[in-house]
Parts: sequence; C-alpha cells; structure tokens
Amino acid sequence: MNQSNTILPPITERSGFIGWLRKNLFGTWLDSFLTIVSVVFIYWVIKALYTWVFTIAEWEVIAANLRLFIIGQFPLEQAGRLWIALAFLLFLTGNSLAIWDKRAYAPAVLTLCFPLFLAFLPFENSTRQWLIILAVTGFVGWRLGFSKPDALKKTVVIGWVIALPIFVLLTRGFTETDGVGALAIVGTNLWGGLLLSFLLTVVANIFSFPLGLALALGRRSELPIIRWFSIGYIELIRGVPLITILFMAQLMLPLFLPDSINVDRVLRAMIGMTLFSAAYLAENVRGGLQAIPKGQFEASYALGLNSIQTMTFVIMPQALRLIIPILVGQFIAVFKDTALVAIVGLFDLLGIGRTVLAQPEFLGLHREVFAFISLIYWVLSYAMSYISQRLEESLGVGKR
Amino acid sequence: MTESATTMITVQDVHKWYGDFHALKGINMNIKQGEVIVIFGPSGSGKSTFIRTINRLEDHQRGEIVVRGTRLTHDIRNIEAIRMDTGMVFQQFNLFPHLTVMQNITLSPIQVRKWTKQKAEEIAIQLLERVGIPEQAHKFPGQLSGGQQQRVAIARALAMQPKIMLFDEPTSALDPEMIKEVLDVMVELAKSGMTMLVVTHEMGFARAVADRMFFFDQGQIVESGTPKDIFEAPKEERTKLFLSQILSH
Repeated sequence: MNQSNTILPPITERSGFIGWLRKNLFGTWLDSFLTIVSVVFIYWVIKALYTWVFTIAEWEVIAANLRLFIIGQFPLEQAGRLWIALAFLLFLTGNSLAIWDKRAYAPAVLTLCFPLFLAFLPFENSTRQWLIILAVTGFVGWRLGFSKPDALKKTVVIGWVIALPIFVLLTRGFTETDGVGALAIVGTNLWGGLLLSFLLTVVANIFSFPLGLALALGRRSELPIIRWFSIGYIELIRGVPLITILFMAQLMLPLFLPDSINVDRVLRAMIGMTLFSAAYLAENVRGGLQAIPKGQFEASYALGLNSIQTMTFVIMPQALRLIIPILVGQFIAVFKDTALVAIVGLFDLLGIGRTVLAQPEFLGLHREVFAFISLIYWVLSYAMSYISQRLEESLGVGKR
Repeated sequence: MTESATTMITVQDVHKWYGDFHALKGINMNIKQGEVIVIFGPSGSGKSTFIRTINRLEDHQRGEIVVRGTRLTHDIRNIEAIRMDTGMVFQQFNLFPHLTVMQNITLSPIQVRKWTKQKAEEIAIQLLERVGIPEQAHKFPGQLSGGQQQRVAIARALAMQPKIMLFDEPTSALDPEMIKEVLDVMVELAKSGMTMLVVTHEMGFARAVADRMFFFDQGQIVESGTPKDIFEAPKEERTKLFLSQILSH
C-alpha cells in the first residue's frame, strides 16, 4: 500500500469527444459565440476556394504552358539533360537521407515518391518515363546508402560538391554546334521558369556563404582596413533595395564596361544576388559569433591553437549551429527574392508567368497563374524549412 | 646555467592597467621546476589577472615574464611557444560543447602537435583513466556533471604534455560534493612533479601540496611563504584578516 502512495499515476480526464468539445470550444457563452462565428467563416472561405478551384478556374493555362513554367524556352529536345541532372540530385538526396538520417523513413519515402506521384498526373509519356526514372534513381541511392553507409560517405560529400557544376554544365552544354548534338550550348537567354529561379537561388546561396563568412570575420578583424572595408560593404549593401542592385547590374554595368566585354545577363543577376545576400549573411554570422562566450576563445588559445584554427574548429561550428534557423530563413528569402529578376527582364518563374498572361488566348487568367506560381514557391520554401528543422534535430541544437 | 635549467617562470615587476584601473602593481615571482604555487586573496585582487598574463590571455604593459627561457612579448611565435608549454584549467571549464570528450582532448594534439588521430586517442584514453572517467569518452560535455567536466578539462590540458599547469579557480564553480574529485586529481598531479600555479581558496589543498603561497591584495603580493609560515605565523594584518574570514567556518 505504501508504494502506491509514493508514486501516483498522472491525473487523466476521462472525457470523450463531447467532453473535449464542451471544455475547449463551448466553455462559456463567449467561447460558444466565437466557435460558431469561426465555423461559419471557415466554411465560407473553403466553399469559395473550392468553387473557384474546381468549377471557375481555367487550369488549361497551366497545363498548356507547364513546360514554360518549369524550364522556360529551354529547347525541348535538350530537356533530357535536365532530367539527368535532376536524377543525379535525387540520387544524392537518397544517399544522404540513408546515411545521415537513418530513422527518417517517412520523409525519405515521401521525397522519393514525389516524382512517382507526379507520374500519375496526365503528362506526356516521355515526361512520365523520366519521372519514373527519377524515383527509381532516388530509391537506388537510398538503398545503396543503407547497405554501405561508411564507404559511401566521402563519395556523397564529393558528389554534393560537384553537383552544382554538373548541373550548370548539363544545363548550358559545351559543344559549339548550334542546337545539334547531345550537349549543344543552350544560351542563358533560353533559361527560364523554375529552372532559372532554382539556379539563381542555388548560386546566390552557395557563393554568398563564403563571402558572408569572410565579411563577418572581417568586421571583427583587428586590421582597420579590413574592418572598415567590411563595415562599409555591409552597410552600403544593406542600405539599398535588391531591385536597385539588380538594375545596376543589368543597366548601369554595361555603361562602365568597354563594348568588347559582355557579361551574360543571367550571370549578372547571379552576381547581384550573391553580393546582396552576402551582406545579410555576414550580419547573421556576426550575430552567431557574438553569442559564443569569451571562454571558448580563451580555452582554445590556451591549448595552443592559433586564431585560424580556433575559428575553424571551435568558434564557427558553434556559431553556425546556433544560426541554422536564421540561415535557412535567409536561403528561403533569397529564393523568393529571385522573383525580382522578372522586373529587370529575365524569365524566371514570375517573368514566365507574365509572358504566359500576355498570350492572347490566356488573357485575364491572372488568378490561375499566380496561384500556381505561389504554390510552387510555397512547396519549395516549406521543403527548405522542413529540412532545416530536421537538421537542427540531428545536430542537437538547443539540447546542449 | 644550473639555475636557469630549473627555473620555469620568472616574473619581474609586472604591471597591468585596465584603462585607468591599475590591476597589477609590480608583481615579482620566481618559480622552479616541480613547485606547486598557491595564489589566494580577495576577489578583485588581481590573482586571476596575474595567472592569465603568464600564457598571454591578458597582456601586461610593463615588466618582464620569461617562461622556460622564452620572453613573453607581442611576438606571436613566442606566445604560441609558451602556450604549447602551459596548460590551463578555467573556473567555468570552457569545454567545447559541440565536441565529444574525446574530440575535446584530441583536438589540439592533432592540430597543433600534428599527432596522428590514433596516437592522440591512445593518450586521451590514458589521461581519462588518470582522471578517473574513461567511460565518458564518447559523451558530450553537456551530459557530464560539473566535476566530471572539470576533470575532462584537466585531461584536455594535459594532452598537450605541458611543462606547467595553470589553474584559475578550478573548483569555484563546482557543487560542494564535486570539489573533492577535482582536488584529488590535482593532488595526484602535484605529487607527480608537475609545476603548478593554482589560484584557489581551497586551503586544505594548499596545506597538503603547496610549496609556497602568495597572498594577493589590490594588485600586489602582500605576503608569501610556505604554507606553514602563512597558516601559523602570518606577518601582515591583511593576511590574518583574510585567513580568519575564509577559515572561520
């Protein structure tokens, strides 16, 4: 009897669904009133949405222009290269999921099945084949990752490092023969849609990262010239809207350069976004650095590590871990900011949307087009956010 | 020659200012190989500042510090040479929270001494056995108790095979029941012949292993001598007062 006195079971409320309703939704007169108003409101919104999506909206505009939305004017006969590049990415993703996030069955299966799910939609047969190939490579990568996690680790890291060059190379091609041959050059003026938004995002994020780190460290440097330069750069860029930087890159830069030098327009947009993003990244990293206690530096110095080793092995790993949510927030912001290049005349997802709307047969279908574009942005942004949460969990941020 | 061979640290007329505040006012000290020095005094007396000038975590503005024949200047090579020879243990442990115990200990031997990972880990295991926690090697610092963390910190400092160990109030942040396990390790270390400079208020430790004691107050050495001198026949009023305050309970 004594024992049952010392450890009491937690008090559980024995109430079913009705009890729950009564407690949470109809507790007082005010609660009941709010509940009813909310239900009416939600019903009204959902009904309107449902009616629009399934009866009013003319989705042919999306179906007819899907290729434009995804790859822009990229020649269709060369599209196989993009599928291969995508398959490579999916293979790496499958590998990485199996190696570093073993318990995550559900997200892995969901990610890898996504192309299969798309394959059920009414696409042309060639598209469907490619989607199935994507899913299969993804699963093969996943299985391989499970069977030989340790042997594959290094290869996968190298794979990710060369992923961007490979992707760009496959997109651009390198044989001069116009339009013929397996890897004929496809000019950046033909890149568009999601492909362009994706490349702009990836390039800007990857290259702004080292630049931002360098600026953050520069701002803390003891050498006045480096410090002033870093502060000047960061404050200048942060004081200017991105759109003006993009305009500068597209319209002003050619005025300063001699006629013989012609920098590609997409490249100019990439550089503009990289430079812009780096300034913000530098400030985020600086925030992380400031959160590291002085004792960490002292312990590291006392052990004989020099300042570069201290930064590399002790301070940066901790600082970056702290700011993962902020970093991912910024990556997502960059992704959404790529929509601004539409204003300087590039055909990213938004730019393509506007050209689609300019076609006479699709006039006035703004709602469908923008809803579709928003959906794509949302899905990809949410995916990034989700990955960030998993990353935080697996690195144990906030637990120590 | 014979004298310089046995002298580990020479401190001559060292001054330090924080802005207008005169933190160290002419410190002189001569420490021989194998000596265990205990530094004590009220808070703000400059004892921590002093011990931190020896491996240049704080710079001094006047005077001279020579550690094993190397003069401490702004020259980064001298500073790094001295830091290789001195290990330090902090009040707040300052373990690297993102690394396991093993990685904490092997980081510096691998990066600075350029040992192989295998050699560094073998020595790390020996050191963890010496401080009594070999089973914790693959945990993170946050999973250990304060006393265990401080023992890891001692092992981490010893992994660089220092000739001198500096202890900056190593037991002040510990819960009472954990102080003994850390002091036991320090006593063992002292008996093994390590040259040690210890800032502490643990008078039991001082009585047991200190060769000499220095009483600091207001940036000066007020009194020094063997534990016997200090405890049984303190000459200065301030020393008597301070000792009566910390020994009364």
